Amino acid sequence: MSLADGVRLAFRALAANKLRTSLTVLGMVIGVAAVIALMSLGAGAQASIEANIRGTGSNLLFISPGVQSATGGRFVDVSATSPTLTFEDAEAIREATIPGIVDIAPTRNTNASLVAGGNAFSTQIIGVTPSYAEVRTFQPQVGRFISDDDLRRRARVIALGQTIATELFPGQNPIGATVRLNNQTFTVIAVMEESGQATFQSRDNQALVPLTTLQTRISPSRTLAGDDIVSEISVTLADEDEATIEAVTNEVSALLRLRHDVTEDDFTIRTQQDIIEALGEVTGTLTLFLGAIAGISLLVGGIGIMNIMLVSVTERTREIGIRKAIGARRRDILVQFLIEAVLVSLGGGIAGAVIGGLLATYMGGVSFGGRALEGHLTPEPVVLALAVSVAIGLVFGIYPANRAARLRPIEALRYE
Amino acid sequence: MDGGPQENGDSTPVVRVEDLVKTYHMGSIDVHALRGVSFDIDKGEMVAIMGHSGSGKSTLLNLLGCLDAPTEGSYFLDGELVGDLSDDALAAIRNRKIGFVFQSFNLLARMSALEQVEMPLLYARDRQRRQRAEEALAVVGLEDRMHHKPSELSGGQQQRVAIARALVGNPSMVLADEPTGNLDTATANEIMELLVLLNQERGITTLIVTHEADVAARTQRVIRMVDGAIAGDDRTARESSAV
Repeated sequence: MSLADGVRLAFRALAANKLRTSLTVLGMVIGVAAVIALMSLGAGAQASIEANIRGTGSNLLFISPGVQSATGGRFVDVSATSPTLTFEDAEAIREATIPGIVDIAPTRNTNASLVAGGNAFSTQIIGVTPSYAEVRTFQPQVGRFISDDDLRRRARVIALGQTIATELFPGQNPIGATVRLNNQTFTVIAVMEESGQATFQSRDNQALVPLTTLQTRISPSRTLAGDDIVSEISVTLADEDEATIEAVTNEVSALLRLRHDVTEDDFTIRTQQDIIEALGEVTGTLTLFLGAIAGISLLVGGIGIMNIMLVSVTERTREIGIRKAIGARRRDILVQFLIEAVLVSLGGGIAGAVIGGLLATYMGGVSFGGRALEGHLTPEPVVLALAVSVAIGLVFGIYPANRAARLRPIEALRYE
Repeated sequence: MDGGPQENGDSTPVVRVEDLVKTYHMGSIDVHALRGVSFDIDKGEMVAIMGHSGSGKSTLLNLLGCLDAPTEGSYFLDGELVGDLSDDALAAIRNRKIGFVFQSFNLLARMSALEQVEMPLLYARDRQRRQRAEEALAVVGLEDRMHHKPSELSGGQQQRVAIARALVGNPSMVLADEPTGNLDTATANEIMELLVLLNQERGITTLIVTHEADVAARTQRVIRMVDGAIAGDDRTARESSAV
């Protein structure tokens, strides 16, 4: 029997039991669609996180205090015990005019509650310098950004993220209004542009104040030498070349080691790529995990195929006997039933890939961490799902098919 | 009396069985279905195998049809020993050399008459199977029923389809197991007439297992089975076989 004849026979047999065939196919459709949709969503989350990190400004270096190990994506932050990075370090880097560095922006973070009218909002307050807007590509939507003058005067001014602005001043123009922070009155000078999710913390939830104001009026924190501690120094590079990154990293490291009078680094310099990779490991694991859960439904679909094929073999015992009597070899019967199983699983796989693809593409309404999650359909899960469905057809079809092929013709003919 | 090998001139007999023994083991009991059977069937013969149920005639038919292997003894089909062959080798022999006609027709419910008849050629990978199946159906007089399914055919027509299916591969012999058992008398007569006609006009070697004397009377030779052995082997001139 030729393969074409086998496929034709299989279609006839499947068409003879349309409801049963459709239900079996449905099992595969659900499995494959789930795998593709969930893996696409995982990939979408990864892509969106990556895009947001890049959105905070490309070609950035981040200098943070303490030794942070990037092994296995885990960052051990020891800055709490030995705060070593200071505003003066940042100034020193700026003054050293290292080639490749365009601008730098030191920041320090603290948490506080903002109160305006009857509304309160507990959030992260970031002390920044005027260069922050350029370095981190985060500009005011309305109002003006923190100026050098604000910095010098330790002015009680504040720039609000979009979310805070709408929470504290619903339906009002917040510019010029006042908010209370640590029992002090701050004047709102800007509402920042909408930024979306950067890493795991949305910048729309942050409020920016001059670094000096944070240092003196909100949360003073100094080293023993009396220097102002900063949480992080962001450095903008002229380009993204490996050579530039390496040269700047070396120069900055040397400078900081000299200033801190240490031989071992007591600070960490990370590129954006490092952060993306560390996060990519997390989201990659998440994607795989989602895929594995969906894979269980695929397995159930496969068992459904096996089940229905076993029923089919029993029902068609007499047919098998007739076919064998008139000359069908074992292989002919085996192939006939195997093709049926593979057609069911592949049919389910194709339909599932289409549905899973549609789900992944149009699942804009699903919310994740306050942000609509977009699917990111890549060819890999589709190809994988189709290959897996063929494999499932073969694996779960081989046992029933073999059982059919091994029936003895006399007994099969006698079967009622 | 055993019907021993028959001297019949030059040609090799289609069937030669020598001391065929078949024993079934049913638990601790041995059932001796055949106790040493020997006979020849020549090309073009039409033979009836008669016997009561339990006489071993169905076992004999299964062995002759290569559906089962004997416990002892040899079976030569077209001069070739059908020995201890694999399932697939036996399947190939059934496909090429034997045409089956069953009491219950054994057609597949989903298929048209034409497809039923094409089926043996499907397994023989015959490229002209459509044309040959149409010819075989014409021989049994069903050229205008080719696209009907078994449910749309009468019992006699269904058996004709089965006969066409048996003939289509040009087998060495046709084995018919109670071919008229499920048919009314008039239809049974028609089917017997068809088998006789095919035997006479086309020289198709035909073996019919039956317990009906009417059927046996239409053949040239009757082998009677009793308790797994041959009790009689009569060659009679065919009387009412003229169509």
